Amino acid sequence: MKKTLANQLDSIDEYEREPVPENKLKGLKSFIGMYAGEHTAGTEFVIGPLFVVHGVSAPDLFLGLLVGNVLAVLSWAFLCAPIAVKARLTLYFQLEKICGRYLVSGYNLVNALMFCFLAGSMIAVAATAVGIPFNIAMPGLDDLYPTSIGWMVTVFLVGSVITVVAILGYEQISRFANICAPWMILVFVAAAFAVMPQLGITSLDSFWQVAQSRIWTGVPVEGFSKFTFWHVTFFAWFANMAMHIGMGDLSILRYARKWQYGFASTAGMFIGHVMAWIASGILVAAASGEVTPGPIAYSSAGVAGAICVMIAGWTTANPTIYRAGLAIQSIVPSVKRWKVTLVVGLVTTIAALFPALVMRLLDFVALYGLVLMPMGAIIFIDFYIFPKIGLRSNYASVVRSSFNIAAGVTWLATLLLCLSLNFFQGIEIFFLGLPGWFIAATLYIVISKFYQQKITEQAEVKISANAL
Amino acid sequence: MMQSILKIISFIGLILTVVPAFLVFSGAIELNFHKTLMLIGTLLWFVTAPFWMNKQKEPAGEA
Repeated sequence: MKKTLANQLDSIDEYEREPVPENKLKGLKSFIGMYAGEHTAGTEFVIGPLFVVHGVSAPDLFLGLLVGNVLAVLSWAFLCAPIAVKARLTLYFQLEKICGRYLVSGYNLVNALMFCFLAGSMIAVAATAVGIPFNIAMPGLDDLYPTSIGWMVTVFLVGSVITVVAILGYEQISRFANICAPWMILVFVAAAFAVMPQLGITSLDSFWQVAQSRIWTGVPVEGFSKFTFWHVTFFAWFANMAMHIGMGDLSILRYARKWQYGFASTAGMFIGHVMAWIASGILVAAASGEVTPGPIAYSSAGVAGAICVMIAGWTTANPTIYRAGLAIQSIVPSVKRWKVTLVVGLVTTIAALFPALVMRLLDFVALYGLVLMPMGAIIFIDFYIFPKIGLRSNYASVVRSSFNIAAGVTWLATLLLCLSLNFFQGIEIFFLGLPGWFIAATLYIVISKFYQQKITEQAEVKISANAL
Repeated sequence: MMQSILKIISFIGLILTVVPAFLVFSGAIELNFHKTLMLIGTLLWFVTAPFWMNKQKEPAGEA
């Protein structure tokens, strides 16, 4: 029995080191379901309330969400999807061809770690709902460490189930997300409408006035910084920076029949982010400032609300653990993906024990996008610009190098420059992604110009010496 | 035939999930009743949707 299961798991082939074949491509519906499910997630129950905590005003929130999410969709459609359908490779294999095996292993390790932390926050969100019937003490806004044994046991159980689903592969994840998405979206909408009378909203006409005076008041909770239109815009744009500009979704969109499927992210951004962040903001105001996702959903939608938080955590954690598994597997390709995913799930579950991941989610999400973004810029430049300026694309693969110094220096220098801007100039982390992309793109072109020339000259000298 | 019945039950589940909230908003029902109806809707959805949602396979290689 054990052997049969292992054989079955071994046979799950996800085309980690080859282009996805034509007969395995998926239709638009799969991507709409995937994006809608993934971005109507457990973390939305945290992000919406954190905007309220940071004192965003109602006009700043609505306008910022509109602009930021349009920019995010355009980033998926015009930056990530076209490369994904032309190359049909995972992010990791694409990067390996550009950067070489050693550099990409380092990147993948960082990437996988970030994915683990992100999935960890989603598991923690799901656990806040699972713990409700057992009366488990939930972490608060200021808690950074595990608060009780009950909390730890709940997180461990939730993490185990999510890991098993992730092991079963993309097909299973996509099916699970497809089933949950329509119901989950309706629960978000319904929960918000149900609590509106408690806030004094009895008609759509009174919504805007109450929204400004009781929900998004423009006044931050003591100890939290004030957020403006620009914070909301850049956060909404870069919340998934690692996926679009950072090219993380090459691994998912390589299954798309057409690049236009990148626009399927609209389902995630507008049904998911815009609607869910607004809805969860309303819920937190109705719950008098309580920010723990499980209890606020339970108080507005009962048991169904708690189930929604739990499932919302699952549908996001699943693809995230799957992506982390792919990242690690590209470092150790001989180990089967399901075994790697099992270890990744364990690390993720340990990370989920710490409520700091949830309570500091906005900062973490911004940092995570920033750290992975330079490699997205490198892929973009390598794919589109290099052939036009006489430089070689996929340089590491062409010269059989295991470490592309130009890419390595670009990645590290970009991060150092961005962090310097944060530390010394006081520029908040939410705003660093945009200048960071241009810094990375410029550095990669300039350094590659010298690096590729030098390596080519060395190769020519070697050939001449051999001829003598 | 069976699939059609399952789909109808699923959609009733979704209606029970969302419509009671609007009734609370308009003052027609109480919050607790909405919670009960939403739970019934949730159960109907999850018991029936998996039997039809992922059953229709798209033809391979479709452009």
